[in-house]
Amino acid sequence: MLPGDEPPLDKPPLDGRLVEEAVARAFRDEWGQVVATLIRVIGDWDLAEECAQDAFAAALERWPRDGIPHRPGAWLTTTARNRAIDRIRREAVGAAKLREVAAMVDDVVPDAPEDVPDDRLRLMFTCCHPALALEARVALTLRTLAGLSTAEIARAFLVTEQTMQKRIGRAKQKIKNAAIPYRVPPAQLLPERTPSVLAVLYLLFNEGYSATAGADLVRRNLSAEAIRLTQVLASLMPDEPEVAGLLALMLLHDARSIGRQGDDGLLIPLEEQDRSRWDTTKIAEGIEILEAALRRREPGPYQIQAAIAACHATAQNASDTDWPQITGLYAELTRFMPTPVVKLNQAVAIGMAEGPAAGLLLVDELVASGALAEYHLLPATRADLLRRADRLDEAAAAYREALAQATTEAERAFLRKRIEETCPPAAGPFVGEVTDKRKDAQNERDPAADR
Amino acid sequence: MKYLLMICGDESAAEHANDGCGGWSEEMEQRGVVRGGAGLAPATDATTVRVRDQELLLTDGPFAETKEVVGGFVLIECADLDEAIEIAAKHPAAGYGTIEIRPVLDGPPPDAH
Repeated sequence: MLPGDEPPLDKPPLDGRLVEEAVARAFRDEWGQVVATLIRVIGDWDLAEECAQDAFAAALERWPRDGIPHRPGAWLTTTARNRAIDRIRREAVGAAKLREVAAMVDDVVPDAPEDVPDDRLRLMFTCCHPALALEARVALTLRTLAGLSTAEIARAFLVTEQTMQKRIGRAKQKIKNAAIPYRVPPAQLLPERTPSVLAVLYLLFNEGYSATAGADLVRRNLSAEAIRLTQVLASLMPDEPEVAGLLALMLLHDARSIGRQGDDGLLIPLEEQDRSRWDTTKIAEGIEILEAALRRREPGPYQIQAAIAACHATAQNASDTDWPQITGLYAELTRFMPTPVVKLNQAVAIGMAEGPAAGLLLVDELVASGALAEYHLLPATRADLLRRADRLDEAAAAYREALAQATTEAERAFLRKRIEETCPPAAGPFVGEVTDKRKDAQNERDPAADR
Repeated sequence: MKYLLMICGDESAAEHANDGCGGWSEEMEQRGVVRGGAGLAPATDATTVRVRDQELLLTDGPFAETKEVVGGFVLIECADLDEAIEIAAKHPAAGYGTIEIRPVLDGPPPDAH
């Protein structure tokens, strides 16, 4: 098992730090696969997790002495399986079960790595089964696939460890008691089941993405976990362009995350961000993945959202943004997701492409429908459009309405700043009078909108 | 794996009482998944029984006042929850009411004939 062909790892005796790094890397890369395989073999989720944990503990103990195995995943799976056999034997669960587990000896870890069936996909689909509550799907995915501890997940979702323990326990119970199958759904079910997996991953990403600088590191790491799991999913479902679309969307958002918050903790709106701080490598990666997905000509909501994100990510500066293209993409997106939030974003895009008056028409329709009552971004968006239409008094009133509804301090601080800017003492003559329907007027106003 | 499908609906479901089940019964009969079932008289005909401190307590009506009441049930036996969902979704009542799928606990083997 000594690695002869891995230059950085072949010098005995291995120092502790090197081994720790290798185990940490193996944990990140192999945990999900080890657990997924064990669940398939022994059918017991808790035992699978415990034995996987034991295997990683054994690695820390034995790798310094024996060297880092050639294929850490195979080593860990074998070790975990042996541990499971020991445990089942000790607990005398049943001879039949024992034979079953022992029979998996060669099946679990075949010689060539490419023969290993990837059980992570079935684990993902089972964790994200729509018969489980969304919050349970999220927690279960983090625990079993990403290997986060229950305490970490509890901290990330701001509940007690006990509550999270219960949530995960109940989900596992339901999988067992209701006989949720441990499998990748058959082809005819994939169109309805894949979105559930993608929704969980995107929710995870957004939980991390929306965490502010002061937030717990665990919470912020959710984005990285989500990207990693989506990368795994994309490699396991290469023919599913929406999976690639989601991965591209995450990468394009993540590439811009660094510019979103100032040193003072204030949110910086997109048009004011320092674009030189964006991660160009990640942007390029996201665009490459997106373009490959789009070539399959099976558009879907994630690919379209990624295309919108790509428009923003590739604009040299705010005024260079291709708003007509973004407007078209939003029109397309509303076909898949006719939700009020998407319509609100569409209104912003139209406001930029065709002038604030056109955007206001759509926003006022939304206000009239009452669909987004209490959602602060509705009055905030209306306020921005009014401000750009030079209807400053109305804009200030709308900003105040948004301020009353905003839920985070970062957003409130941002809105207060806007109110100050819109209400200069001398302003006033425009009240209710100036409505700008001229499309060419926007070109003079857009730079001002950035301030 | 056995599941109980509880077919629920509000008052408006009563008008479907004599609809029959389309081709559902025939298909499920053919697949051999149905283990039993029946439609129920309206909840207004229900009597709820409790015994507390050896005292028999009767209430007119269902055990809980809810808009949706059980109007029928089917016991099925199939591979897993995915199949149970597929079977429930095909039932015509899923189109106007709701169907609750409850796994049936494994009891002792039925030996009372």
